Amino acid sequence: MTETLTYRDAIRRALADAMRADPDVFVIGEEVGRYGGAYAVTTGLLEEFGPERMIDTPISEQGIVGTAVGAAMAGMRPVAELMYVDFIGVSMDQLCNQAAKIRYMFGGQIGVPMVLRTQGGTGRSAGAQHSQSLEAYVMHMPGLRLAMPATVADAYHLLRQSLRQPDPVVFIEHKSLYAHAEEVDLSAPVPDWGRAAIRRQGRDLVIVTYSRQVLYALEAAETLAAEGIEATVIDLRTLNPLDFATIGAEVERTGRAMVVSEGPLTAGVAAELAARISEECFDYLENPVLRIAGEDVPISVSTALETASVPGPELIADAARRLVA
Amino acid sequence: MTAAASSNTGLEALYRQMRRIRTFEERVGELFVRGESAGSMLHLSIGEESPAVGVCTAMKDGDTFTTHHRGHGIFLARGADPNRMMAEIAGKETGYCRGKGGSMHIADMGLGHLGANAIVGGGVPAVVGAALVAKRRNSGAVSVAFFGDGAMQQGVIYESMNMAALWGLPAVFVCINNQWGMGTRIDQATRATALHERAKAFGLAAETVDGRDVREVHAAAARILDGARAGSPGFLAVDCYRFFGHARKDKSPYRTPEEEDEGRARDPIAFARAALIEGGMAEGAIGAIDDEVAREMDASIDFAIASAAPAMDTMFRDVYAPGEPEPEPLRTRIDRILARD
Repeated sequence: MTETLTYRDAIRRALADAMRADPDVFVIGEEVGRYGGAYAVTTGLLEEFGPERMIDTPISEQGIVGTAVGAAMAGMRPVAELMYVDFIGVSMDQLCNQAAKIRYMFGGQIGVPMVLRTQGGTGRSAGAQHSQSLEAYVMHMPGLRLAMPATVADAYHLLRQSLRQPDPVVFIEHKSLYAHAEEVDLSAPVPDWGRAAIRRQGRDLVIVTYSRQVLYALEAAETLAAEGIEATVIDLRTLNPLDFATIGAEVERTGRAMVVSEGPLTAGVAAELAARISEECFDYLENPVLRIAGEDVPISVSTALETASVPGPELIADAARRLVA
Repeated sequence: MTAAASSNTGLEALYRQMRRIRTFEERVGELFVRGESAGSMLHLSIGEESPAVGVCTAMKDGDTFTTHHRGHGIFLARGADPNRMMAEIAGKETGYCRGKGGSMHIADMGLGHLGANAIVGGGVPAVVGAALVAKRRNSGAVSVAFFGDGAMQQGVIYESMNMAALWGLPAVFVCINNQWGMGTRIDQATRATALHERAKAFGLAAETVDGRDVREVHAAAARILDGARAGSPGFLAVDCYRFFGHARKDKSPYRTPEEEDEGRARDPIAFARAALIEGGMAEGAIGAIDDEVAREMDASIDFAIASAAPAMDTMFRDVYAPGEPEPEPLRTRIDRILARD
């Protein structure tokens, strides 16, 4: 059945369906219940599931994430929410020293099957501490899975899949996608957990990306197609696990690759992906693998500076043109 | 009670400062409605003028402070230029932080403002550091952390208070208890609502004061600040009410109209106005203050709108110190790499 849903609706639906299916799933975070979420994602869930499963917390990010760690170890399926990914700094110990390491350092006795839902990215003039793309922090940490949906269907399915994982998953939404609407059929099959999606296929180059930049890359690919340049756009969907097989096959076919990320360039997600493509597809590459990423600066509140500090469709198209020239 | 607050003249000055804050905040709301603000994350301090004015008038030149995200009023009470504040809120180059910080990150080292903060509790420990330096250098300065009741549930507050007490630092912790952390009422966030008791447990001099009468706030702040200046750090909770929603788009549906009416009846400005009239001041004279303030704040909107957006090359400035190499812009990098062929 097709229906029109927003990215926000899809996440809410995934949470509700998961809670209906499994009484051990619960949500814990700031303003998730009575308020309905800072971005209205959890609106209405308190009414259906009650305060024991939609737990409003004080402003205590370290406590929220740590409570989820303990609840997951004790056998439940917590979905902890950080209102902004920027607040991950406050909870970093619980995420990186506790959740990420418990299975390994305790010799495989127990896992931490929790989901940490949060949102990041630019687009609201929210300034330096409310606009960041911090996925590289998470991707860098062994033991953490990382999902970043770009489409409405993935907002639903990746969250459902995250809630079936045996290990901690950080699920990062993009604040500028919440109102993004698509016609979707949620009963249609989707790629398995850990598989990338080829959103568009072309002969000339591969654009590897995730989250909002998938939409920008598709927009750029449309522009390029009108000029006779055909680009493949790969939506990674999950950064850990990373589906390098799909990336590698497309790079070998086209011989040119660029990686697009909203997070800062240096030591970021694009850097890791570009290094891996260079290492593993070296014999097939006709050009250096290009990283298109956020500038190495904090995000300004000024709308003009904010917009210019992250990639957009024009920059992607321009770089692609020159890469294939 | 100090001379500043004991006379009708003293109260008039406090009233004027509170009126400036309220009118400024109303103009911030107008800036947003006119589509001239940088975004909607504007947290107004209407209803919370007495902690700002009562505490800041007890501070001295050379004292430093940090604020939370709802800090416009505090900075105005410490002498901020409304034009440069409004320009910052509009994301303009004439703003205090050249349009990079915005409403939640206003700072001015010249006036001792070590920064507003968008991480709840994020600015509090810096006050311990500033107080450590003041003590080491014998400067006589006090450093004051302003934060909301929401921050009282963040662990960093307790690390900060404990160290300040342990080392006898000239630090003061001011909790502006407006009863609401976003959509969570204080009694939904903690069972320990007598907030000053927590500070006492660390050995701080601690009080709670009703924010309705700015003179009471000023007197309590003066006591706490005097103690801190002498090496006995303190804590002051000021009870007040957040008149409007959390940020500009929040209509606070989680509060009842009855509660809001009751909260707004605790208006420190209306209270001061009534006290001035009772003390013999003519209504017309108060109206003249209000008009003068309105003109000052109207001008701040004009200034902000007339100011230019920051130049694009400023994006790379101030990531590191002046004279250090700036980060290479992405487009420059792409040009360099692709030019190799």
